[in-house]
Amino acid sequence: MNDQSHTNLASAGNNKLNIATGLRVDLQLIADKIKPGTRVLDVGCGDGALLNYLATDKDVDGRGIELSQSGVNSCVARGLAVIQGDADTDLTDYPSGAFDYVILSQTLQAVHQPHEVLRQMLRIGRRGVVSFPNFGCWRVRWDLLTRGRMPITKTLDQPWYTTPNIHMCTVKDFVLLCADLGIIIEQSIMADHNGRPTPIQGSGFFANLLSEQGVFVLKNGV
Amino acid sequence: MTDTKTSNQPAEKDGQSSAGQPEILYAQEGQVTFGPDQALPLDCGVELSPYTVAYATFGILNEDRSNVVVVCHALTGDQYVAGTHPSSGKPGWWSGMVGPGLPIDTDQYFVLCTNVLGGCMGTTGPKEIDPGTGKPYGLEFPMITIADMVRAQVRLLDHMGIDKVLCVTGGSMGGMQVLEWAASYPNRVISAIPIASAARHSAQNIAFHEVGRQAIMADPNWEGGGYLDTGNNPRAGLAVARMAAHVTYLSEQALHRKFGRSLQDREAVTYGFEADFQVESYLRHQGITFVDRFDANSYLYITRAMDYFDLAADFEGSLATAFQGTETRFCVVSFTSDWLFPTSESRNIVRALNAFTAKVSFVEIETDKGHDAFLLDEPEFFDTLRGFLTAAAKEQGI
Repeated sequence: MNDQSHTNLASAGNNKLNIATGLRVDLQLIADKIKPGTRVLDVGCGDGALLNYLATDKDVDGRGIELSQSGVNSCVARGLAVIQGDADTDLTDYPSGAFDYVILSQTLQAVHQPHEVLRQMLRIGRRGVVSFPNFGCWRVRWDLLTRGRMPITKTLDQPWYTTPNIHMCTVKDFVLLCADLGIIIEQSIMADHNGRPTPIQGSGFFANLLSEQGVFVLKNGV
Repeated sequence: MTDTKTSNQPAEKDGQSSAGQPEILYAQEGQVTFGPDQALPLDCGVELSPYTVAYATFGILNEDRSNVVVVCHALTGDQYVAGTHPSSGKPGWWSGMVGPGLPIDTDQYFVLCTNVLGGCMGTTGPKEIDPGTGKPYGLEFPMITIADMVRAQVRLLDHMGIDKVLCVTGGSMGGMQVLEWAASYPNRVISAIPIASAARHSAQNIAFHEVGRQAIMADPNWEGGGYLDTGNNPRAGLAVARMAAHVTYLSEQALHRKFGRSLQDREAVTYGFEADFQVESYLRHQGITFVDRFDANSYLYITRAMDYFDLAADFEGSLATAFQGTETRFCVVSFTSDWLFPTSESRNIVRALNAFTAKVSFVEIETDKGHDAFLLDEPEFFDTLRGFLTAAAKEQGI
């Protein structure tokens, strides 16, 4: 919940770039879910790469929130409307239904109250798009089992005492939380650590075991 | 209406900092006097007429008049943003920000700054002659507000045939004018950068202003505001007002870094009330030099205008209503160590803009330099302004 969360996003730099768009592959997965000409709020927008892509290539009317000053500066310099702010506290300022999509990319696990942030997202936006590292992935399980220490993988590359990730969850945890909150998962994509979609479909046992990241499109249940 | 214009010498920075700095070309200053047919309706109910607006410009107005950046000055600032100040010979108050190749690039933009209404650098204020009496206005000058200052600026732009401005920016009281511009003339403002400012003057700030005003009014040379008639000047009172205010522009860290407890030209304390400490000597110097360039009654009027500023109050008590439906792009800037206009005040503005999902950027710049940081070289601050302004210009095809 400080500059580290930005560092963490940057360290998703393990993720390859999409050759056609130059966008990080995991961000491209999210971008592909956004319809052109819509209004988008990107919470934890980092250096603004996704917002910039959406604005230029999809004619999206975008806004962003980012914690780190370096991230905000980079966004403002690109001409993006981004405020320095905190997902935990600043989402309440936005009116209900103001956006078509609210994006939370690799940020959910770094907020203080993930369930409140999810609620706020779906209050502000008609759809939420969330991506996060899957703590249920076999690599993570294996690392914990064999070393007996907090797992370090390509996706989770920092030791427990410096990681900004304070609320890790598994895909299964996330699916159950959504059910508790009355949130409907419209789409889910499982991906490897490069952000490439894996053929594992759904959000069941194998998805939770084999995927390193999940991308979910959410909406409020009736 | 009279309109006088003079070309400045190409402006240069002084001393070492000028090395390699290109000159600002096309710096001009002028004043426009508006007659009885264009009386200015003030918030206090008075129709002010005649009145003069003094201004300075830097850069060249492009053919379709679309490259205008209006800079609004702070309480004790003036229209000499960049270039060389005509009376002090020093660089303009924002010469690090405004100039060729600088974030507000005078090679690209036409930068305009007016002396505020109630000021003492050429625009009509309490030291000017009241045509009704033939004597300086003094306390007969009507009370003015931030909105009145902006009205006067708008009149000047109308006179110049400028409809829309690419950007309005300014710090502190300048930021108040920026917010007033954006709220009252949303269709004329493409982008707005309020810096180290607030949508209303806080109780603490009103209190500090009152200390300053009482210092001036306690000086016998103030003479009930009529000192100009007798050739007096409440120098001591105005200097104390400035000294008190100056402390609020700094931060504890900045004062400590600059002075600590160092003594002024002496080895030991004197057990008296001379300026033993460097910080005292510095403040006294600030007070004395200020008196030479500023009118005491102007100080009273302008501080009052700031005290009265409460943008939400003018819009049914809701700041969000002030900006409802705005198309203006905002870039709100605050500084971490600014306790006079703290970040919470800027966040209030951002919150109001978010309530209508306006296009707003917000940056809090990390610095220990206090409120005055907006006048100083802060690289992150400069990068932010440059980036934001460039993007706004690009969107307009400039």
